[in-house]
Amino acid sequence: MTTVPRDAQARTALLMEGVSKSFGPVVALRSGSISLEQGSIHALIGENGAGKSTLVKIIAGLYQRDSGRFEYLGQPVDFVTTAQSKEAGIAVIYQEPTLFPDLSVTENIFMGRQPTRSLGRIDKRAMRAETIQLFEQLGVYVDPDRPTRGLSIADQQLVEIAKAISLDAQVLVMDEPTAALSGVEVERLFAVARSLRDEGRALMFISHRFDEVFELCDTVTVMRDGEYIATEPIAETSVDALVRQMVGRDVTTLFPKTEAPIGDVILKIDGLTRTGVFHDVSLEVRSGEIVALAGLVGAGRSEIVRAAFGVDPYDSGTVEVKGRRLKPGNPAAAMHAGLALIPEDRRKQGAVLDSGIARNITLAIRDRLTTRGLITSAAENTSAREWASRLEVKASSLDTLAGTLSGGNQQKVVIAKWLASHPDVLIVDEPTRGIDVGTKAEVHRLLSDLAGQGLAILMISSELPEVLGMADRVLVVHEGRITADLTRDEATPETVMHAATHSLEETR
Amino acid sequence: MTLTETRERTASLGQRALALVKQREVGVLAALILVIVITTAKNPNFLFSNDGFRDLLVTPSLLMLIAVGQAMVIITRNVDLSVGSVMGLSAYLVGRVFVDFAWLPWPTVFLIGLAFGGGLGLINGLVVAYAKVPSLVVTLGTLYAYRGINVMWTGSERINASDMPREFLALGTESIGRIPVITLIALVVLGAAGWYMTTQRGGREFYAMGSDPDAATLYGLNVRRRLITAFVVSGALAGLAGVLYAARYGTVNSQVGSGYELQAVGAAVIGGVAIFGGSGTVFGAAIGAFLLMTINRALPVLGVQDFWQQAVVGVLIVGAIVLDRLAATRQERALARERERSHD
Repeated sequence: MTTVPRDAQARTALLMEGVSKSFGPVVALRSGSISLEQGSIHALIGENGAGKSTLVKIIAGLYQRDSGRFEYLGQPVDFVTTAQSKEAGIAVIYQEPTLFPDLSVTENIFMGRQPTRSLGRIDKRAMRAETIQLFEQLGVYVDPDRPTRGLSIADQQLVEIAKAISLDAQVLVMDEPTAALSGVEVERLFAVARSLRDEGRALMFISHRFDEVFELCDTVTVMRDGEYIATEPIAETSVDALVRQMVGRDVTTLFPKTEAPIGDVILKIDGLTRTGVFHDVSLEVRSGEIVALAGLVGAGRSEIVRAAFGVDPYDSGTVEVKGRRLKPGNPAAAMHAGLALIPEDRRKQGAVLDSGIARNITLAIRDRLTTRGLITSAAENTSAREWASRLEVKASSLDTLAGTLSGGNQQKVVIAKWLASHPDVLIVDEPTRGIDVGTKAEVHRLLSDLAGQGLAILMISSELPEVLGMADRVLVVHEGRITADLTRDEATPETVMHAATHSLEETR
Repeated sequence: MTLTETRERTASLGQRALALVKQREVGVLAALILVIVITTAKNPNFLFSNDGFRDLLVTPSLLMLIAVGQAMVIITRNVDLSVGSVMGLSAYLVGRVFVDFAWLPWPTVFLIGLAFGGGLGLINGLVVAYAKVPSLVVTLGTLYAYRGINVMWTGSERINASDMPREFLALGTESIGRIPVITLIALVVLGAAGWYMTTQRGGREFYAMGSDPDAATLYGLNVRRRLITAFVVSGALAGLAGVLYAARYGTVNSQVGSGYELQAVGAAVIGGVAIFGGSGTVFGAAIGAFLLMTINRALPVLGVQDFWQQAVVGVLIVGAIVLDRLAATRQERALARERERSHD
């Protein structure tokens, strides 16, 4: 294993400057810049959608940049495949490790490049010995013979790191590695990261937790809206300064929420718990009210509403709609009681992309449209036409396939589908993800109108401006627990971010 | 390095024994022995007569060959439904060559049958790997296509023993020691396949692909090449089974091997090959094949009606899947508890 001595003065391992990437009309990365030094840990922070992941995927060779400079160890590079970046010595560890669950830890580390003996036989003993040695080098213990299925995320990440070291990676990128880890596991990961830094490798660390950034990293780069904002030595900045750089705009003017009369409690969730996922979640949403569930991606917000709606099971707690208790695990009953859930991933869970607009809109009310057990296209179209025009879905005809619509129009079709069932409570999960700015405003106006008509709306959003602009009340979720209940006046970028990155004890 | 924690965990003898018992192969083998013991108790000829012993070994051999190939394909998270038709077409081809090219030495014809099966498998593999059509659909298509060609070619004709050389037919009737040649061939194939799957990079990559196809791509494995290999091997083994069928029965019509594909899948599943790939062994599949065929022969001896024989096989397959599912659920629960503990 080659190690670069620390005093061989910080050479730049990886450099990106003014890198951009677009997907069709959507700009994912406007101008990304970062410079990773050997023997140093560099933090990359920014809100969701700031372009961090896109930058990482360009480094990994998963995406190719449209423009800008990309140098590795002083040489300009163009990685077309992940194999190429790996070959060059760049290892990327994703939040969800990609391992083979059925195979042993040892096999996972060496898959595709196992040491062999005569007749091409894999040298299992050598492989196992090297695995043990790798983990010793990392100062941790992971059973080399057990399958990776069932390993904690922390241990899976250690396997990924061991793999990276066995490849002698010079640049190690960790995309939110601590999101699913407990305190002890984070400490262990940091110990490993520091020892890798001391060996002269360059590390990049993406995190939403400021305390971790300040504890571990040497330098920090802030991104916002797909653009590079600033790079500073960690010693010369503060949490406040970073938050200001991350948010950096006047958020209240963006999404005018019209005031609506607030009525009775419509949705009441009490003590909802699913072991290992979320804990003791209690909340109320009133008629005419928009309540935002804020927090970081992976905090368990989607899981909470999915359980409340009956898609996923839960272990304890109750869900009430207009005072009537819902049966757990029964979405049909939830719909009947007046609940509607617009899921996060339209492509997977919301819209049937191979079907026409009319079919999509009437999907949730099929029972009502049947005559003698059959659904006629005429009935479908009448009902669909009304909703499509009310939401201004832009399409040439009601037969247009949902898959060919723009993201914003797809979202409208999904919303129309649920409104057609006349719900009392609308749960929307990331209503504007992947939608361009103009349509975003339209979706927001729509939600605001609906609240004005007396609907109770529970909105999950990872975008701070959306949360602050739209919500009457903000509930912040951190690792499956509600850590703050803020009124419209109390909710600021700082209070929400703080609650989203700290556990309940720390928040108090 | 701040944390130096080296816990050496060595399994005790008892734990190892437990792990062995938990292995599916051992369980299925025990079931097989049980079936043989019970049936022999009822009718000693089942095992102890010369014919009984020979039948016990010969009958499952062809299915074993096919199940081994099927297991390799299933481990990559695919399936090969065309094996029965490949077997039939190869068997007829071999007979045809003996009739039309009588001057060819029989070992050459033997190899032609094997290669022909491999070629049919190659077609499956190429379509699956390059056209990205699910193997279930591709091989369902070739199941009918290959059988159709067979029927068209054969018509109502049949190849008879008199059309084939005596040395070739001897493959189906001779024994070495007390072990029939066909069984020996099946065992050699099983050993080679098992060796490949456990010691070779290619074999391990079969498991990797089946365990997580996306991860396999991220690892930079040559998924396409491995896929094609698996289908060629499966086809070649079905071809071999066709050749041996001709040698054993001495008569080939257009329906040879039909139904073998599902029996092979059943054998693999019973033997512990996960239907979604990534785990199981060719040994398990082979023992599963042995068990399936032996039960089919044992039930009439035990006086069970035809109708129930099919049902018993069904129960075995469903039981095997339920068993897998239960084990997986239990593991998931344990995992959730573990996570909970580590968070508190």
